[in-house]
Amino acid sequence: MARTAVLGRLIWQFGTVAELVQETPKVASLILDVPGWTGHLAGQHVDVRLTADDGYQAQRSYSIASPPEDSRLAITVERLDDGEVSPYLVGEVRTGDKVELRGPIGGYFVWRGDDERPVLLVAGGSGVVPLMAMIRHRAANHLKTPTRLLYSSRSYEDIIYRAELDRLASAGDGLTVAHTLTRMQPAGWTGYARRLDSAMLAEVAWPKAQAPIVYVCGPTPMVENAASLLVEMGFDPASVKTERFGATGG
Amino acid sequence: MSFISRGFRGKRRDTASSSRLPPGQYVVNDFPVLSAGPTPRIPVAEWSFVIEGEIDKPRSWTWDEFRKLPTEQVTKDIHCVTKWSKFDTGWTGVSVDTLMEGVDTAAEFVIEFSYGGYTTNLPLDDVTGGKAWVAFEFDGQPLHPEHGGPARMLVPHLYFWKSAKWIRGLRLVNEDHPGFWETNGYHNYGDPWREQRYWGD
Amino acid sequence: MTAQQSDMKLDGNAIAGLLREIFSMEMTTAEGTCANCGRVHVVGEVVVYLNAPGAVVRCPSCDHVQMKIVQGRGKYWIDMSGVRCLEFSI
Repeated sequence: MARTAVLGRLIWQFGTVAELVQETPKVASLILDVPGWTGHLAGQHVDVRLTADDGYQAQRSYSIASPPEDSRLAITVERLDDGEVSPYLVGEVRTGDKVELRGPIGGYFVWRGDDERPVLLVAGGSGVVPLMAMIRHRAANHLKTPTRLLYSSRSYEDIIYRAELDRLASAGDGLTVAHTLTRMQPAGWTGYARRLDSAMLAEVAWPKAQAPIVYVCGPTPMVENAASLLVEMGFDPASVKTERFGATGG
Repeated sequence: MSFISRGFRGKRRDTASSSRLPPGQYVVNDFPVLSAGPTPRIPVAEWSFVIEGEIDKPRSWTWDEFRKLPTEQVTKDIHCVTKWSKFDTGWTGVSVDTLMEGVDTAAEFVIEFSYGGYTTNLPLDDVTGGKAWVAFEFDGQPLHPEHGGPARMLVPHLYFWKSAKWIRGLRLVNEDHPGFWETNGYHNYGDPWREQRYWGD
Repeated sequence: MTAQQSDMKLDGNAIAGLLREIFSMEMTTAEGTCANCGRVHVVGEVVVYLNAPGAVVRCPSCDHVQMKIVQGRGKYWIDMSGVRCLEFSI
């Protein structure tokens, strides 16, 4: 399964929307049935291609949110108000619609689960999506890999997969989740309330002596900030993997 | 392509045929930003524009000197090889004819070269005779760095990759010298009316 | 949306699909030696600009243009002169 996920012809195929899940006011997951899907690794993405009736096409990449264990493929999309593709996927698409996609794509930003190193996941906004696939893969296989997620969101309502993360983090099997809310915090909030900085990372991250593998994903400025802080803190750059979303997904 | 994504329209674009729209283009109302690298940030105090190469005496202007030259306000349609066109764009700039006044050269070609390393090539004829400007304002406002400011080339009769952003100067040369995109698949001349996008077109 | 400079800057993950079309295999774990500064970077980490008439890949260490990829008329044009050597396993 792992080998077919990194080799082989990439073909365009169709997924049928089986379910739509509103995750937050601006974010929804599309749960797709994709006949002939060859499987994937947590962290990989798909390219989605939309075609208008005059032949105009737009293509975007979306991280796969579902773990390899799920029979259906899930992508989670943040709707950008002035975007071109995301307002279609989150707003127009209905169950039963077909979506053209290809994948799985990516071999660098993946976590197979067979690595013994502790895992640090650093997410900004919709950057949590590929990291959630990793967390779900870990849960589906009852892995005990020590894993910490530091997740930055604008507000409490914007935390994607909030309930599921709470549930998984309270299982006591070695997953901890720390949130920071950068714009607004609810009354009684006890989590972090500012942008990622070195003090926060120092509190949440594994000691560098534990040599964790680190995945950072989100908007480009957030990823570059976090990655350079981690390297400054002494983490081996070769073990800090990054995926920048830019302002894409629009 | 027979599959259509139900209900997908895509960004606002107008493909209605018009004598103003070159083949294969659509009209947009925003002003897309394309970039091959980090946006150069050039303070005007450090900016200069040069004309060099096949010229007796290279010329150069500091920003202050450049801004003392006669300017023109022009309104032009622009066409990007990525298929968007924008009608009636307003620019303020110095005509290349002004910059080339009194220059005696046998060069037939020119290379536009930019801060950040971008280059593009054209026949000298295509930047003279009222066809090209060094523009420093768009829509009456100082040209934003993401659109090529402090100054960019404006050569609207060709695809817009021939209008180099963050222009640093023009090099007059005897032999044509394909630039950043022309060496890698894009047409050497780039006439949108003959749809000269790629090699072999 | 005003495109901010940082919005334009992506990484090798953003061209994973395109490289897969060209090489018929996953390339983001390949290692490229920069022809300009000699540093080695995993393709997943290279700096990528996609908002252009083609994909432009730059060295994360020295910003030198490593690759340019243009697609059109059913063809690809690839300049890899900024990569001295590409190492990968099949």
